[in-house]
Amino acid sequence: MTDLLSKFDPLIQERENLLATGVKDPFSLVMEEVLSPTVAICNGKETILLGTYNYMGMTFDDDVRQAGLKALAEFGSGTTGSRVLNGTYSLHRDCEDALKEFYAMDHAMVFSTGYQANLGIISTLAGKGDYVILDTDSHASIYDGCAMGNAEIVAFRHNDVEALEKRLKRLPAEAGKLVVLEGVYSMMGDVAPLKEMVRVCKENGAMVLVDEAHSMGFIGENGRGVSEAQGVIDDVDFIIGTFSKSVGTVGGFCVSNHPKFEILRLVCRPYVFTASLPPSVMATASTSIRKLMHSGNKRAHLWENSKKLHQGLRDLGFTLGTPEAQSAIIAVIMPDLEKGAMMWQALLAEGLYVNLARPPATPANMTLLRCSLCAEHTSEQVDQILGMFEAAGKAVGAI
Amino acid sequence: MANREEIMAKISELIGPFNNKGVALSAATTFQGDLEWDSLTVMDFVAAVEDEFDIIITMNMQAEIETVGQLADAVAKLTDG
Repeated sequence: MTDLLSKFDPLIQERENLLATGVKDPFSLVMEEVLSPTVAICNGKETILLGTYNYMGMTFDDDVRQAGLKALAEFGSGTTGSRVLNGTYSLHRDCEDALKEFYAMDHAMVFSTGYQANLGIISTLAGKGDYVILDTDSHASIYDGCAMGNAEIVAFRHNDVEALEKRLKRLPAEAGKLVVLEGVYSMMGDVAPLKEMVRVCKENGAMVLVDEAHSMGFIGENGRGVSEAQGVIDDVDFIIGTFSKSVGTVGGFCVSNHPKFEILRLVCRPYVFTASLPPSVMATASTSIRKLMHSGNKRAHLWENSKKLHQGLRDLGFTLGTPEAQSAIIAVIMPDLEKGAMMWQALLAEGLYVNLARPPATPANMTLLRCSLCAEHTSEQVDQILGMFEAAGKAVGAI
Repeated sequence: MANREEIMAKISELIGPFNNKGVALSAATTFQGDLEWDSLTVMDFVAAVEDEFDIIITMNMQAEIETVGQLADAVAKLTDG
């Protein structure tokens, strides 16, 4: 018998080698208690959270929690059904209404996760003979959406407007084309030149989908994302987003002004063939989304935090993923996985949690310590964080 | 429209900067096995080939191309209008 798991032997070996150097497994951290959006107890120690994507700190918002409790009491713990059968409650419709209000768009479709939203929308929109054109640094859910569908897939160099334009011009003029972009790329925290890219797409007859997972609630005057900030949201055909970042719960969605959008509910398999989100999740999401519409002050504070951390880490001598703070993600580039894991562990010992990101999730085979800030981080916490980076960086010789 | 020899020569030239191990090239040379390219190198190389010949090599097609010779065949087909 061929052991089907033997193909993972190199990875098993790499993990064993890493753990043999004495570092803790960075991918099996347990949070024993969560005290707030920014503080948890890990290994019995109070730890500042700097790697949660909880950008707007909505997870502990009083109104959000109350809405969830009420829905749990009134509608029960789960729907046990698909959105197109018994799984659409008034709360699901209300959540879609909240999204339409938030984006000022005509249609909204809620999926069980952001991953499924990309999987479903991309694989359903682009069929046989159509083309999906994507950035090489796209999230796994975008690649998987391409793999699930039957379209031809064309990749272009990350954030390269000219590379995108050249490829669009080489495709058959009459073919259906979907260009998939992200507002903020989650590994390096860099922003896409959407203004130019969307223009190029429209000039070449392509529809545009923008994944605003890491910008919703934070970037743009109304928190609608990078496409709002760059003034092209009206030319974007589909926006994909998630509830598991700024919204502070779980779920995914697609919003659009396309007049035929509603038919997707019947033909999109990752929407149809899975159970809908629990009522409590829908109630927390809608409450959070409506509060995010009026969170200008929190957005301003989050920008302050991000700029302060970026400047502070640069001053300490760390190499960062972007020349300036472009989002609430700041990526600290480490020389290799071993040094990255050592630094990660030293930070945890100091009382700071960040994400350790490694290939193949990262671009250019980089090992990253990825930090994501929260609007609920105080300025003092950012000072503390910088102190921890300095101590850990010196302890492991990273600076 | 380039002929097969010209295409092979041009592809060999484009492989150059990515051929860190100095592997001798033939039609049977494999990108993954012989040249030991990872997915990132493949992406950069494909972009270079696409721009050189003004073509698109979709990821669907890339999945079928394992050797330099297969790439030359694909490029010949794509440049043949």
